[in-house]
Formats: sequence, C-alpha cells, structure tokens
Amino acid sequence: MIKEYKTIREIASPLMVVENVEGVTYDELGEIELPNGELRRCKVLEVEGDKAVVQLFESAQGINLAQSKVRFLGHPQQLAVSEDMLGRVFNGMGAPIDGGPDILADAHMDINGLPMNPAARAYPAEFIQTGVSTIDGLNTLVRGQKLPIFSGSGLPHAALAAQIARQARVLGDNETFAVVFAAIGITFEESEYFIEDFRRTGAIDRTVVFSNLANDPAVERIATPRVALTAAEYLAFEKDMQVLVILTDITNYAEALREVSAAKKEVPGRRGYPGYLYTDLATLYERAGRRQGKKGSITMIPILTMPEDDKTHPIPDLTGYITEGQIILSRDLHRKGIVPPVDVLPSLSRLKDKGIGEGKTREDHSGTMNQLFAAYSRGKDAKELMTILGEAALSEDDKLFAKFSDEFERRYVSQGNNTNRSIEETLDIGWELLSILPRRELKRIKPEFIEKYLPEKQ
Amino acid sequence: MSGTITKVSGPLVVAEGLADANVSDVVRVGSQRLIGEILNMTGDSASIQVYEETSGLGPGAAVETTGMPMSVELGPGMLDNIYDGIQRPLPEMRALSGDCITRGTDVPALNREKKWDFVPVAKPGDRVIAGDVLGTVQETSAILHKIMVPPGISGEVVSVESGEHVVTDVIAVVKDAKGVEHRLQMLQRWPVRIARPYTKKYVPSRPMNSGQRIIDTLFPIAKGGTAAVPGPFGSGKTVVQHQLAKWSDVDIVIYIGCGERGNEMTDVLMEFPELKDPRNGEPLMKRTVLIANTSDMPVAAREASIYTGITIAEYFRDMGYDVAVLADSTSRWAEALREMSGRLEEMPGEEGYPAYLASRLSQFYERAGCVECLGSDDRQGSVTAIGAVSPPGGDISEPVSQATMRIVKVFWALDSSLAYARHFPAINWLTSYSLYVDTLRPWYTEQFGEAYMSNREKAMHILQEESELQEIVHLVGQDALSPADRLTMETAKMIREDFLQQNAFVDEDAYSSYAKQFRLLGLALHYDELCREALSKGADMEALFTISAREKIGRAKMADAGTFAADYDAIDALMKKEVEQIAAGGEDA
Repeated sequence: MIKEYKTIREIASPLMVVENVEGVTYDELGEIELPNGELRRCKVLEVEGDKAVVQLFESAQGINLAQSKVRFLGHPQQLAVSEDMLGRVFNGMGAPIDGGPDILADAHMDINGLPMNPAARAYPAEFIQTGVSTIDGLNTLVRGQKLPIFSGSGLPHAALAAQIARQARVLGDNETFAVVFAAIGITFEESEYFIEDFRRTGAIDRTVVFSNLANDPAVERIATPRVALTAAEYLAFEKDMQVLVILTDITNYAEALREVSAAKKEVPGRRGYPGYLYTDLATLYERAGRRQGKKGSITMIPILTMPEDDKTHPIPDLTGYITEGQIILSRDLHRKGIVPPVDVLPSLSRLKDKGIGEGKTREDHSGTMNQLFAAYSRGKDAKELMTILGEAALSEDDKLFAKFSDEFERRYVSQGNNTNRSIEETLDIGWELLSILPRRELKRIKPEFIEKYLPEKQ
Repeated sequence: MSGTITKVSGPLVVAEGLADANVSDVVRVGSQRLIGEILNMTGDSASIQVYEETSGLGPGAAVETTGMPMSVELGPGMLDNIYDGIQRPLPEMRALSGDCITRGTDVPALNREKKWDFVPVAKPGDRVIAGDVLGTVQETSAILHKIMVPPGISGEVVSVESGEHVVTDVIAVVKDAKGVEHRLQMLQRWPVRIARPYTKKYVPSRPMNSGQRIIDTLFPIAKGGTAAVPGPFGSGKTVVQHQLAKWSDVDIVIYIGCGERGNEMTDVLMEFPELKDPRNGEPLMKRTVLIANTSDMPVAAREASIYTGITIAEYFRDMGYDVAVLADSTSRWAEALREMSGRLEEMPGEEGYPAYLASRLSQFYERAGCVECLGSDDRQGSVTAIGAVSPPGGDISEPVSQATMRIVKVFWALDSSLAYARHFPAINWLTSYSLYVDTLRPWYTEQFGEAYMSNREKAMHILQEESELQEIVHLVGQDALSPADRLTMETAKMIREDFLQQNAFVDEDAYSSYAKQFRLLGLALHYDELCREALSKGADMEALFTISAREKIGRAKMADAGTFAADYDAIDALMKKEVEQIAAGGEDA
C-alpha cells in the first residue's frame, strides 16, 4: 500500500522537503501529483527522522504546498527495457516521445546500475577500425573502451562523433551492433544532426535515442546518461550486442550536478562543482567495458566541451583521470581548415597497445605510431623556433622535421569527414610521411620493418 | 548491541541507541547487513560510514555493532588474490553474486576450506616470543609463508600440529607465563588503522632495483623508503606503477587500485600471471596481492583500501620479507576522505579537504620503513610505499601533492609535455629528486665502483646545462652556440633519447639490469668525452654528430640482457675509431 503525503513543507527548486513521512528510504523514487492531476518525478536525497529531502527531476513550477500530493514508490528509478527500444526515441527519463507505444518491458532495471566486479571484466583488446587515421593509427580505439572527445564551443565534434558511429567496425566480424545516443542538454539542431545522420545511413533502426534538449529541465539531465547506460547494459550483456554509446554533452551534465549540489548547500570543490564530481562521473564512465563470458560490449564516446578550451577545467580534468584516453580537438587546426581537427600530441588512447600489432592490425603499427608522434612533436618545436628566428636558424634535420609536420597535418590528419580509410591505408600514409625524414632518425622502428615498409625516396 | 537509523545521507548513516559501541567499531546496517564503521559518537547516537551503497536504507532500520574495529584477516591465501577495499575476495564474490558487486555479500577474506600443508619449525617445549616463527606454509611456488606467534603472546609451546590444515584449525598451543593456553590458528586478525609492531626501525640503506633506468640511476629509491609519483592524466602514472610492480626486486608486491579504472585492475589480473619474475622465473602474480576499489565502487571502502593494503604489507614484512606497496592513487583516497568529511559537516580546510588530511597522509607513509621484526631471530624486513598523486590539472600546488611532498623522500614528477612527445617514462629530470642518493652511495660504490655515481652526476650536470642552453637557443638560435655547447646539447639528447626513454611495452627494453644501465650511460658519456677531445683538436662538428655509431647507440637499449656487454664493447670500439678518424682529418686541415 503506497501512502500519499500532503505534507510538503518547503520547495526551493530543485529541492523539496516533505515531513511526517514513514518508511521512506534513501534514493527512493517519488511521484508528485499536482492539483490539476499532472505527475512529476523526484528522488530522495536524504532522510532524517520523519523528514525527507527530495530532488525534483522537473521544474517546481505549479507545485502547491497545500494541495500537491507526494507518493514514494518503494524503489529507485527504473527503466523498462526490451529489444523493442531499438529505433525509438525517448525523453531524458526514458519515456517514449516519438508517438509510438510504451515499451513492453522485458525487465525493469535500476538506472544506477551496479559497480562491475573487476575480477569479472574482460580486458578490451579488439581493434575497432573507425576509418579515421588519427584514431586508428595513433590513438587506437578498442572494443569496451571509454574514449571521450574533448572539444570546445564551435568545434566540429559532432561531425567526428557521427563519422565514428558511421564507420566503426571490427575487422572480420559480423556481430550485431547498436548505438545508444544520449543528448544531454544539447540544442535541437545538434541532436537532429546526429539523428539525421543515423537515418541517412540506415543506422537509425539499430539506435536508441534518449533526448534531453537544452530547454528540457536541467535536473532531468542527471538521470539521462544513467537511463541511456542502463539500456546499453541490457543490449550488451543480456542481448549480446556490440553497443556504442555516445553521450553529449557531459559539460551540461556536470552543470546540472552543480546546480543540485548548490541547492543542497554542500561545500563546493573546485569552480563550485561538488567534491564528489569525480566519483559521480566514474559511476557513468566505468559502466563501459566487456565482461568475461559475455559476447556483448559497451564502447563509450562521451563528448564534452571544455570551457574556454581549458583542459585543466574540472570537467575535462576529472574525465581524463577516469576514461582510457582522450581525443582532443584543436581550434588552431580547425582554423587552418584541417578536418577533423584532432590535436594529435595531447590525444591518447591508453588501451591502444593491447589492440594493435601483428594479428590485430599490422606488425609495424606500434613502432610507426611512436615514431610519428615523436617526429611530429619535434617538427612542431622546429616550426616554433622558425617563427621566432627564421628558417635559416634551423639545422638541416630540423628543416626536414618542420616539413614533415606540415605534411603530416595536411595528409594524415586532414582526411575529411567522408573518407573511410582502412588501417593499411593509414599505416602506408604514415610510412610515406616518414620517408621525408633521414633514416637514422627512425630510431623507434625496428630495422627489419624499415627495410620492409619504408618506400624508396623519389 | 543494536540501534536504529535516524538519518541516511549517501554513505553516511546516523543511528541512535548505540551507547555501548566504540568509536571505529564495525557495524552491520539494515536488513541487508551492509558493512559500516563508526566515525563519531554523540550521546548514544553514532555517525557511521557505510562501505556499500545505501540506496533503499531508511530511518527505523536496525544497526548492530560487532564490537570489533575494522580488521583484516592475515594468513595463507592472500597472495595471487584480488580483494576489494575491505578485503572481500572479488573472485569469490563473483561466484556468489555475478558480474556486478551486489550489496551485503559476506565472504571471508581467507578461504576457510582450502587446506595448507603446515610444516612446524617450533617444537613442544620451545620458549617463543611474539613474532617467532611457529612453522611454514608454501603459499605459492614463489613465497614461503611463515606462521608467526601473534603480537602480545609469548610462552612455552605445548603442542604443534603438522600436516594439512585449514586456516582456522589450531596449529599450535602456547602457554604463557600466567598459565593461560593460547590456541593459535594460521589466521590472525589485525585492526587496519593501527601499525603492526616491530622491534626497531633502521634508516634504509639498500636500493630497490626497479629496472627502470631513470629511477635506478638518476632518482633511486631505497627499500623501506617512500616515493610519490605525481602527474596529470595521460602522463603515465599507472604505467610507472605497473612497471614497479612488475620488476622491483622485492619479495612481495601489494598493488592498491584506489578509485582508479576497472580495466587497469583487469590488466594486472590478466598480465601478471603471464609475466615471469626475472630473478626466479616464477609468475609475478605468485608474489602479488591486489586490492581493487575502482572508482565506481563505494567511496567509503576506497578510504579503507589504503589501510587494508599497508596492513597486509606489514604482515609480510614481519616475516622478514621486502614488500612494496603501490597505491594508485592517493588523491582518490583523499577525495574519499573529503567526501565523508563534508557529509559529517566538519569545518573544511584547504579546497574542502579536511584539516587532518596531512596528518592522515603522513600516518600512512610513516608505516613504511626498514625494520628489525618481532621475534628472537633478528630478521629484517621492509615496506616501501609508493603513492601516485593525481593533482587536478597537473598543478602540484594543491593540498594533496603538497602534503605528500612534505613526507616522501623521492619525487618522480611526471610531465605532460614529455608525454606528448612520447618520451616515456615521462619523469622530468629537472624537477624530480631523490633524497636517498647519499645514503645509497656506499652501496652503489661497493657494487660497481665510484664510476656509477660519478656518471650519474655527469649526466645530471649535462641535462641541467642543456636546459640553460635551450633557453639561449630559443632566443638566438643554435648557431650562436660554441661547438662545445653544441656537443653538450647533443650528448644531452643522447642521454634523453637513448638512455632515459624506456619502452614498457617492448620486452627487451622493459627491464634493464644495473650493469646494463651503467654501460649504456657510459656509452653516451664516453661519446661526449671523445668528441670533446676531438673538437679541441679542431675536428668537424657536423661529422662528429653523424657518425654511424650514433645510430647504434640509439638502438643499444634493445640489446639482449645476456649479451649486451659484447655489443656495447663493439659500439664503443666503432665510436672510438670513427671519432679518431674525424679528429685526424681535422688535424690535417
């Protein structure tokens, strides 16, 4: 028997205090019934004696202290899951908004999920070919990895993410894949860009969209990624699918979290974000992965816009500490017209070493990758020196490195959003570029691979 | 003794009716019997930090105290195992509750059914004191586990039971001076927040060989020492920690994954059983205990995981072993402390961290050290503590880095600009330091002669000079430098690229013995010496910089561990010949 309370004592959006409650538990889901019959959702943040502090998921507008009723449902927020979710569009709380019928639930799953036992994880080691050279060649993505895109306002992260979603495949494999797309506080246009792209390529039938747009309630955003990941876990670990999760934009999520934290009058950490931002983000990101004995996997690409392009801002900073690398977009490269403008040097994939090499990509992958990084870094230093002192100040070698770095950006990085390169093409372009350099500088590659792959100089 | 919950706020639960409970007692909360620990008491109400997710808990639920402080179980069965932050074995939890960690799972830390072959050392009638070895168990192929008399007990051995036993069987009875008979098991319990006792502490004097060139040669750490590895994300903290866990010449490694990635622990779990210890050929996992409290696991247990790890380390130290504790990362531990402090509504110190942050950190690091163990055989053991620090934005002016720097003796500062250039390990040679250089100097001199340490100083000097010259080059270009300075830059480049850089993912390069390190650095320094002499005779600088021996030195680190000496001799001879030829040409002209 679910009790109804008409004892709301205080509302300071997004928080509300309900008194004289009984049997209410932490993290329980609640429903508020407005005088006009409208239902809104909330969850319990704290219970002390007979007083419960709850957090609203929607706006507080129109809630009346005297006449609104609150019911506590006895369980945390759940999502009804089923394979029929594929091809459907839901709001940020998981309710259908595409005019279709409700989901006939195969199961109800707690949206908070459970921490995965590290002893049950399978290490991600299967190479995913995204067709993007800067990712495949230098910052390789593997199945079950969480690899965020660090972007800035006005940079084309959406185009890159859509390209990855469109082109990503595991070599020699025809398992069922699915895309879970969570729009977290982004604009209608940006969300539509993704959906249109999925539609154009036919991927829409295998896509589940959760949409919390910029004008939807901010606090709902705290639930949106969790709802999306719950759907992803169901598809991956119950239905054996290879799931790619795109979460955009994590910055909006963190801001919603800050809003609730400030309302709770918590001691703020850096830049006003709550001290538990790291832990909170980890409970999202760590849901990516593979499990032993399960065929499916969750590969996650969260997108975040760095405020002021500052990588040390708490959101990208804490994200970088949790995720297995990052792809960073650069405004300079974007201005130069390089598409996609991936800033290669600070980008990183931590899991690349297990996903590349003989039998996975090609034997020369690891050495050429390190050599390209080192050469590009030295070339950029040389170019910097050149702008200060002029070309004459460079040694002969440095001139070659400077030339290399220009060519590298033009041919390797800038491939456009519609080119799908195979890993062999990517590696071969790398070798062509390395042939610019004196051979004695190729110290990071085994001599036998230089013999085998280095093209003759014209 | 049981009370009832009055308040639930995340991992913090307040319960009343617990007047008889003690601070630091472990309690069981609610019908799921979640594990918690009492932090504060006010009247009969207690603030409890719960080590599991508290969702679904509400006022009125029962809280029961166990009357025991937070403790770990010590005995055979810990090695080759992986635990969560409060020492629950993860493989067994998986068998019990599936791929995800569910709440209220109650699994003993040590397997109660597994039988161990106990070989007595003590005989009935022997007088024993605390720390004396009663007998041994071959726990893994690599480690002999010594069963010791627990602290606080001494007397005469009445009986010992040899043969196959489970950890809870009585394996010896000791009668103390008052005539009380202590029935001893292989299993001991020890409260994690209290350091285990020892007879005497020493100043560390032996280095820990890590096989990492920049560490062993430039910034060595002693067995029983403390070190911190700070660095922004992506700078390779975890790889450095993994390398230390793999190659350090210690007997036991305790690896604490504290608030870090799940996949990293999986990596260790999959890789370590495959890797062989270079000293005895045994799989590395046989000497390793893993403690995994990943970032998505409950935050309160993360706070406990550091203590769980160091207590297990002290237990092995007491057997006379050298133990290394690797904590990745202490910043996540500090954040857990901050979160609990915030929920307790304590007055925050710097950046919201509690005022006791520095004292807690120093308590942890001070548990490291070189000691004479309890017991009458004067055996020595050591605990080396190495903590990763993850400063926000890589800025080490924040409280956790600063508090750590005040305590530790070795500081391996990771640098993101080195990482971007793929210079790994990205330990910055200008900002890192080791305060053990002087205490370890006698050891190095004894083993390898004076040259080892003087080479180190030469290399440090060249690197320092390079950074100064670098500034000039950035202002006026390298043409402005004298040939001697140009040579310094070249040698520094060789030291950086051909010596300091070390690829953890290439088998030939992942581990370097002292001898190989010594010879490799010697090559670069010898090149410097030869060229300097040739330059003074007017040799052509560009020709000296492009001799073919240079490329060979560049690949020298890949030389086979067994035959490197001959290879290096050949390179050295070639280099000498080439330089002499050029020098001769210079004299002719």
